[in-house]
Amino acid sequence: MNLWQFILHNHAEVIQLTLEHIWLVGTSTLLAAAVGMPLGILLTRWPSLRPPILGGANVIQTIPSLALFGFLLPVPWLGARAERLVILALVLYALLPLIRNTYAGIQSVDPSVIEAGRGMGLTDRQLLFQVELPLALGVIVAGFRVATVLSIGLATIAAAVGAGGLGEYIFRGLAMVDNTVILAGALPAAALALLADVGFGWLEKRLSPQLARRAGSASATPS
Amino acid sequence: MPDGMDVMVGRPISVDRRLNSMDSSAVIEFHRVSYHADRGQAILRDLNLAIHHGETLVLLGRSGSGKTTTLKLINHLLTPTSGEIRVAGRALAEWDVIRLRRMIGYVIQEVGLFPHFTIEKNIGLVPKIENWPRDRIRRRVQELLHMVGLDPQLADRYPRELSGGQRQRVGVARALAADPPILLMDEPFGALDPLTRAQLQREFLALEARRGKTVVFVTHDLNEALLLGTRIALLEAGRLVTLTTREEFLRSCEPVVVAYRDAFRPDFSGERGGA
Repeated sequence: MNLWQFILHNHAEVIQLTLEHIWLVGTSTLLAAAVGMPLGILLTRWPSLRPPILGGANVIQTIPSLALFGFLLPVPWLGARAERLVILALVLYALLPLIRNTYAGIQSVDPSVIEAGRGMGLTDRQLLFQVELPLALGVIVAGFRVATVLSIGLATIAAAVGAGGLGEYIFRGLAMVDNTVILAGALPAAALALLADVGFGWLEKRLSPQLARRAGSASATPS
Repeated sequence: MPDGMDVMVGRPISVDRRLNSMDSSAVIEFHRVSYHADRGQAILRDLNLAIHHGETLVLLGRSGSGKTTTLKLINHLLTPTSGEIRVAGRALAEWDVIRLRRMIGYVIQEVGLFPHFTIEKNIGLVPKIENWPRDRIRRRVQELLHMVGLDPQLADRYPRELSGGQRQRVGVARALAADPPILLMDEPFGALDPLTRAQLQREFLALEARRGKTVVFVTHDLNEALLLGTRIALLEAGRLVTLTTREEFLRSCEPVVVAYRDAFRPDFSGERGGA
């Protein structure tokens, strides 16, 4: 049976596993953003927090995903349902790009713009939400791009602990020594990653032009 | 802060009245103010200075003399290491720093326009956060654009679409938006080419909206200081060397003043060295 026949024949299951996959990645990325973006903002306010927070997020990245799933398995509430455990693991992996890009995006805002805003009497809150975050948005979206693509790949391993997703086919195919089944999981996962990459890339470009063209002052003509 | 609205609208008016009632008395006062950098090195030492209502005081000095620091101490972007600064008769510590800054227009050399806002939003930002009604903001923006010599059609453009001179005009318009009684200007025309700079200096001198405002102007350019300043404070290595009127400055025998005048003496004789 070739790949197309397999997918057509099992299309209901393929769609279901794809949706599970998207759910794992979507939920974990949103949760990671809810934690990572505030942390990134915090780092711009308290630079002394930078080494521990970025260091910690970095260390998490170095733990092999299969090992992390294994570590989390015996944890009482988490271990009870595989998808909880997988989502937590994916959140941990997605933290680094989100923290780092939020921080870097805000740091990259032209200091004279911040100074002018402060001098005009913007409160810290107004400065953050009206100036810093909008100008950092392109870089922050780039962080989402990295985090999502990373998570789509990692989520295939979720099947190893029974959390579903397209990894099901990959592990099943490995057990059956059947490349068709492996590809039925791997190809849709790759397509998802590609789609996320192109989509976020487009969004990133749309949100950054103000930043990119900001530095035109030197070429200004006299009025 | 919706419940702070009457406070926000009410306070600046009372401050204005207070400023106007104390005509020619000090609007900004420095008492023995020193400022040290984080590493402890003194940037400003024991500064005593009284800036009067309606005057344009120029802080003149070379790079690193402490003039920008002096300016940033006034709107509390920097906090003095020792000494006291009073604005409108009140010590800085008694001011709500946000309120203080909203009654002080601030113009810097890099302009610092918000690149993601249109010109209209840039100019109208302080009125907007002060909860002015929309049509009043629109009218004010149009009025200001006209005042600084810009085409009102530029309102919908973004800063990147403007020339350097146009951007700095927007910077001045933005600082004037909420009609602040005090204006701080940090080398506002320093990055412009000489012709544009001269034009903006003349326009600033003629600016109607400037009347009655207390202006503190930082520059290292003696010609600009003499053109715009009613009084000139000369700073050198963090100390105030002289504080004189324009005329006194031209007559002064103070060595630093003389050195400044010599450096700026026009010499178009065409001869270079020798002869």
